[in-house]
Amino acid sequence: MKTLCKTAVMPVVVAAMAAFAFSGVALAGWEPKKPVDFVIMAGKGGGADKMARLMQSVIEKHKLASKPFIPINKPGGSGAEALVHLKQKAGDDHTIMVTLNSFYTTPMRQPGLGVDVMTFTPIGRMAEDTFLLWVHKDSGIKNVQDFVKAAKSAGNKWIMAGTGKGQEDQLLTNFLNKAYGLDMKYVPFKGGGRVAKELAGKHANSTVNNPSEQLGFYEAGNTVPLAAFTPDRLPLFKDAPTFRELGKDFVYFMQRSVVGAPGMSKEAEDYYRDVFKKVFQTEEWQGYMKKKSLQGEFLTGGDLKAYWQREKDIHQKMLKDIGEI
Amino acid sequence: MEILDHLIQGFAIAFQPLNLGLVIFGCALGLFIGAMPGLGSVNGVAILLPMTFLVPPTGAIIFLAAIYYGAMYGGAISSIMLGIPGASTAVATTFDGRPMAMQGLADKALITAATASFIGGTISVILFTLFAPPLAAVALAFGAAEEFALMMLAFATFIGLGGDDIPKTLFSIFIGLVFSAVGLDIISGQPRLIFGDISGFLHGINFLVLAIGIYGIGEMLWTIESSKGDVQISQATVTVRRIINDLRTLKDTFKSIVMGSFLGYFVGILPAAGATPGSLMAYGVAKTISKNPESFGKGNPEGVAAPESANNAASTGSMLPMLTLGIPGSPTTAILLGGMVIWGLEPGPMLFIEHQEFVWGLIASLYAANLFSLLINVAFIPAFIWVLRLPFTVLAPIIFVLCIVGGYAPTQDMHDVWLILIFGVVGYLMRKLEYPLAPAVLAIVLGPLAETSMRQALLISNGSFMIFFERPISGPIMAAAMVLFLLPIFKLVKDKFRSREAT
Repeated sequence: MKTLCKTAVMPVVVAAMAAFAFSGVALAGWEPKKPVDFVIMAGKGGGADKMARLMQSVIEKHKLASKPFIPINKPGGSGAEALVHLKQKAGDDHTIMVTLNSFYTTPMRQPGLGVDVMTFTPIGRMAEDTFLLWVHKDSGIKNVQDFVKAAKSAGNKWIMAGTGKGQEDQLLTNFLNKAYGLDMKYVPFKGGGRVAKELAGKHANSTVNNPSEQLGFYEAGNTVPLAAFTPDRLPLFKDAPTFRELGKDFVYFMQRSVVGAPGMSKEAEDYYRDVFKKVFQTEEWQGYMKKKSLQGEFLTGGDLKAYWQREKDIHQKMLKDIGEI
Repeated sequence: MEILDHLIQGFAIAFQPLNLGLVIFGCALGLFIGAMPGLGSVNGVAILLPMTFLVPPTGAIIFLAAIYYGAMYGGAISSIMLGIPGASTAVATTFDGRPMAMQGLADKALITAATASFIGGTISVILFTLFAPPLAAVALAFGAAEEFALMMLAFATFIGLGGDDIPKTLFSIFIGLVFSAVGLDIISGQPRLIFGDISGFLHGINFLVLAIGIYGIGEMLWTIESSKGDVQISQATVTVRRIINDLRTLKDTFKSIVMGSFLGYFVGILPAAGATPGSLMAYGVAKTISKNPESFGKGNPEGVAAPESANNAASTGSMLPMLTLGIPGSPTTAILLGGMVIWGLEPGPMLFIEHQEFVWGLIASLYAANLFSLLINVAFIPAFIWVLRLPFTVLAPIIFVLCIVGGYAPTQDMHDVWLILIFGVVGYLMRKLEYPLAPAVLAIVLGPLAETSMRQALLISNGSFMIFFERPISGPIMAAAMVLFLLPIFKLVKDKFRSREAT
């Protein structure tokens, strides 16, 4: 009985001590003095928006921050509006932003904005989203070989639906065109959900959707993933090989990161890093990552900056290839 | 009778004390959110989304759907009382609702709006209950070409809206289309018409900014001038007898309500369209089929009934592609969709099979939300009438503040507030010069949808316009639109012919 009591009490004591220690740290450190502007670099209802609202809900549920995070959508100009907003907020400790790959491409395509993303404060990379090549089940296409054959004979009548111009989906389309000698036509739509529906409704022949966008139709058996743009096969889609396996060494991810305004104080940076690291470790976030086939570890500080530099160089080359810059 | 079983099960869920409480609370909250100019269902649902972590997913969606519904009812209130559309879905309601209020018939306008909303909502929920899966297939069949054809039909139903002065109507439409072209061009990925580098233009000119400007600020300037210092602008009253009388005369608008309900629902289920085009189209159709179209815009109750039944029906309709296809039919459902992700539900074809409790609980709660929105709305009518009886010297500053707050809230950008003020002054001047304003508002709502879908379709067809006529769904819609476009010309020719015969 005594030992039972002891084992029951021990964790409580440890937890109390941990809580004490933690609250001590929190008291000593910086805390937001007003609600935090949580800028979303995309429109309401898109992938980035969903994720930002999930983060906000997790922060609120677990009371990870003393002040609320207020989401503001700034979708204008492929994120240009959001980037300019953040640039104008230089030195502000209460403005952070959820970002994706237009973080690299938009400033390159619109040099007039005068945005240098390397000056932004790296808070945390929450995940990397993956891409797959999708076709409709009724097309009868089972693998990349079939796909190449069908797309080749269709020429420029083969329609690849994607989101936006000069963004992720078009970069991938361009890769496929080049790698397999195809002439697919790229038609941009607003939002990944809409793109997924275009394929399910057979208005497009193929897409390069994220898993989260196609999952509903995939589970209903309407659409088929042919191959993944990842280094290893995705656990959710075990039957789809990677392009690397197929002899085309091509890997592409989309970052889901949180950044702060340029010139944010060191204390604020540390505070937000702490908050988002905790968000990353919650059951909700981990469950979401698993369910939507997201990958990647939590990256921050210098590591995140190095990652940005690498990705920036890759995107510069890709944009040059399709003549966008 | 599998559906009936599901529905009864759904009602058992919807009438659990917690869920029923959420419905009532959500409806009341939504009503006020909708009634605030600028704060529509989109903002209401977005703000309250994180709260829903506190209750189970079914309760959460029931709560948010009740807000959505309540806001649809509430949007009509500020359209009628203040002449400012509370949300984009309630624009068409101002066309006749505001004149009715100015004639001292505000109570009648409000009752018509509430009843039409109730009938529209109920018809659409019944359609939803019976035909959800087959209608999902219809939504799926709508590609870019079909969407453009539908937009043409929407423009066509509004052909008669501008009044008699055709050049001025055309000017109004074109200025609206130019405004709608501001911002990012999705096809080329380039920003357009941003005046050098004014970053506020990158998100385009929001429809609400234009509507609040010309209807809110412009209307206020207009009233200041036309009332000539008379502080009592409306002789609105309300008594029980008047309400009963109002209800009795409602049957005159029955045709418009039923038409609006079906039209709104079908437009609502189509992705990207949503409740705004639905309500505008319903208004246009009601005017076209009316025996005396001249009375529209001057306080015809049918002009309130048609768009109000349509916007409620469409809000139910737009849940259909959200639940069955995982694509939002309107901006509000886009947020609801985000909510479902947070609650761990995967929208899409499997939802109806794997999460029956969720789906049918939601459907049943829509019946309840409809009823409670109606009751709460009617109960508050005396309070709304009291607001209208305030002296204009008190009312005007309140309207002004609401306009500014409403314009700032959605984007939190001062840029939009300055635009509202500019549009207000310009709208007032246009009205003084007898330019119709409704076509400009219509153009800014439908313009971006029409442009994008047209260019997507032309990309697919290698530039051939035949794609709009050849396809089995877009062809007939396009043909109907053409007939409607040409109708005024036929009428003109006929009238000329007749007057010649007469002389």
